[in-house]
Amino acid sequence: MATVSELGNGALAELTVLDLSHYVAGAYCGKLLAAFGAEVIKIEAPGVGDGARQVGPFPDRSPDPEASALYLYLNTGKKGLTLDLASEGGAAILKELVTQADVLIENFAPGIMESMGLDYATLSAINPRLVMASISNFGQSGPYRDYRADTMVEMALSGQMYVNGDPEREPLSSTGYQPSYQSALYAYSGIMAALIARDRDDRGQYLDVSIQEAMASEHQFTLNGFTASGKIRMRSGNRYGSVHPTTILPCKADDNGKPGLVSLGISDPTQYVLFLQLLDMSELLDDPRFANPQMCAVNYRDFDALISSWFMDHTAEEIVNALQDNRIPAAFVNEVSDVLDDPQYEFRGFWKEIDHPVAGSHRYAGLPYHLTEAPPVYERANLLGEHTDEVLREKLGYDSDRLGQLREGGVI
Amino acid sequence: MAATAKGPLDGVRVLDLSRVWAGPHCTRILADLGAEVIHISGRRLVGRREVTRETAKVLGTYPDNDPGERHWNRNVLNNDMGRNKLDITLELNTERGVELFKRLVKISDIVIENYSPRVMPNLGINYSVLKAINPAIIYCSMPGYGPEGPFHHFVSYGTTIDPHSGLASRMGYPGEEPHMSGNAYPDPASGMFATGAIMTALFSRYRTGKGQHISLAQAESGTALTGEASLGYQLSGEVPPRIGNGHVRKAPHGAYPCKGDDKWVAISVGTEAQWTNFRDAIGEPGWAVDERYLTLEGRLQHQPELDGHVADWTRSRDAYDAMRLLQDAGIAAGVVVNADELMNDEHLNQRRFFWKFDHPEAGVQTHAGQPIRLSETPARHYRSAPTLGQHHPYVLGELLGLSDDEITDLEETGIIGYTPLVRE
Repeated sequence: MATVSELGNGALAELTVLDLSHYVAGAYCGKLLAAFGAEVIKIEAPGVGDGARQVGPFPDRSPDPEASALYLYLNTGKKGLTLDLASEGGAAILKELVTQADVLIENFAPGIMESMGLDYATLSAINPRLVMASISNFGQSGPYRDYRADTMVEMALSGQMYVNGDPEREPLSSTGYQPSYQSALYAYSGIMAALIARDRDDRGQYLDVSIQEAMASEHQFTLNGFTASGKIRMRSGNRYGSVHPTTILPCKADDNGKPGLVSLGISDPTQYVLFLQLLDMSELLDDPRFANPQMCAVNYRDFDALISSWFMDHTAEEIVNALQDNRIPAAFVNEVSDVLDDPQYEFRGFWKEIDHPVAGSHRYAGLPYHLTEAPPVYERANLLGEHTDEVLREKLGYDSDRLGQLREGGVI
Repeated sequence: MAATAKGPLDGVRVLDLSRVWAGPHCTRILADLGAEVIHISGRRLVGRREVTRETAKVLGTYPDNDPGERHWNRNVLNNDMGRNKLDITLELNTERGVELFKRLVKISDIVIENYSPRVMPNLGINYSVLKAINPAIIYCSMPGYGPEGPFHHFVSYGTTIDPHSGLASRMGYPGEEPHMSGNAYPDPASGMFATGAIMTALFSRYRTGKGQHISLAQAESGTALTGEASLGYQLSGEVPPRIGNGHVRKAPHGAYPCKGDDKWVAISVGTEAQWTNFRDAIGEPGWAVDERYLTLEGRLQHQPELDGHVADWTRSRDAYDAMRLLQDAGIAAGVVVNADELMNDEHLNQRRFFWKFDHPEAGVQTHAGQPIRLSETPARHYRSAPTLGQHHPYVLGELLGLSDDEITDLEETGIIGYTPLVRE
């Protein structure tokens, strides 16, 4: 057996991954494999590359395909190869690479890989040990297979959106890319399961991940209520379920004038009693409207009005500390800028300083877990086509003449 | 072939001390993939002693709102999380309980818990202790903020992790405060990270023979899932504002009211080609050729008026009709489905996404299936959720070799049991 030091740069160092992703879903999955040392070869169309390069945000709001935050974050640790997969020459090179690959990830619309002659049947004939993962909006089959979607449409059709927001107003999606991220996490686990099975069965397999299904699997509580009793879970505003105060409340601004907000997560009757004691408002327990967290949820407007003066007298930091000292769940309400200064993240070393020749040095979110024997590696994202020559020379033995021809023909 | 294939995690044994959602979501996936997941609970943690019909009705999670004689076996939340798992009880605050747990560690591959970081040390259990018993053990702990550090002691739930992590800042009505997910989304999201980490450790262990400790912080999960935005802030200097269902590069983009009570369709129009198709699809109304809406820039600038026009079109239409009509024209559109519509969704049902489980005490229940769809070693429906303590004979008898008398003695001394204990 290999020792950890023999494994070198991580738990997955023996793996070669062909990452045909664009935008978020496939790219995040490839990034995770790269973090554990897999050689992840990001394959992009010559010239333009991954569409994520056009999204941003960009430094000084000036678009630059090598400085899009979305691309930079999702492609750390990868090698960059350009290849025109739609050309015969490009598809042929991909097939050559497949002979040496363990994993292939793609998130094209269903049918695209097939149209390029690169479907699983073809690729597995070339390399039966290949694990191929396809991530798509609605999966590779069924009536919505060719439907289009973005974050909001996935939030809608997975049932997530209906329960977000105010019951009196329209349901809320989130900005960002949560559905794609979740599908990437399912794909990652599916790939690892397939690799573990490959050790035993000596064959690869195909993985079909639907973004809709990934998100539909992330709110069992909505489904459970319906299957049990026909209950349709409704939006509950900036509160959670049938207990209060599990909510976000305004409080006193801090010394820098930042408007105060604080998060409470009180659902347990004991915590509820302690909370009211702390506010010196235990008499509310005698009022049937506020006798317990369930009743409090029904009368939350009156309750919030009654406790608001105490909250407006204290900053978020004072409130979080006072409540947590009494083991009552409370938390800060952070913007994506605030989390960069979070002392707990600082303590855990969550932020990784990564330098990039175009975008410069910045702090990237790391993985949310530490492995004692397999620490993740964090390296910058590839430039477009940065490793094209290196990969084709080393993997396929191409020489300068061949590379020159391919470049002239627009294949790479 | 696939129907009888062994699951990819066949032969992997998991000791599952996790509770509520984040941890159970992870072990549910491991179980769907064929691992032998033994859920272990202390009976004080199983929940309240009594559930009245009134309470059941408020919660809505007992079949037909009837808690039955043993409500703890009828709660559909627990039965969804517990599917494909085995169950034993064990009082870990007793010497004998811990001793039995350690004997199980010796013959297991993975231990997972999502307690607050003070619980396991209080029981005398930490990674070094487990490693000494079984060097190949993979131990995953996943408290809210991590086992050490200035906030490690914070009491947390998915609902408070959500605003802390920055996730909630990415949801909200225009110009308003961050909005919590209605789903405690950080719970399953952390469960997903834990699943991937455990599989990575397992893959590694098959090569090195060594286990390891996975220390996951749920708050960091949410922050990793908004990593493009925190990096974007550093590049652009701008904190992204809350824009409801709007989009910085697409308009119209939102949820629009449809015929019926609380029915909505989400419509997303980005490129010029999509705008032209959208206009055609809704019958080229006069307003749509207004010069304010000619360019994306104009449409983004005049969103309220534009949204008003789109809502006028959707309001008289069935949400599904609107979705199909727009999708047929190549426009991203989707019904904002509620629980009923989701479970009856024709697409998900054609893909056989939902799994039915027949539970001896809760009857037939439908749960979400497994999005990890592997062609050769598929995730499977092995068994419905166990009843509390159902697998004492297998786990304590067969696996640990305890005699019937010994098991009876454990029962009589309260180390194991079949009913919850009142929480002090």
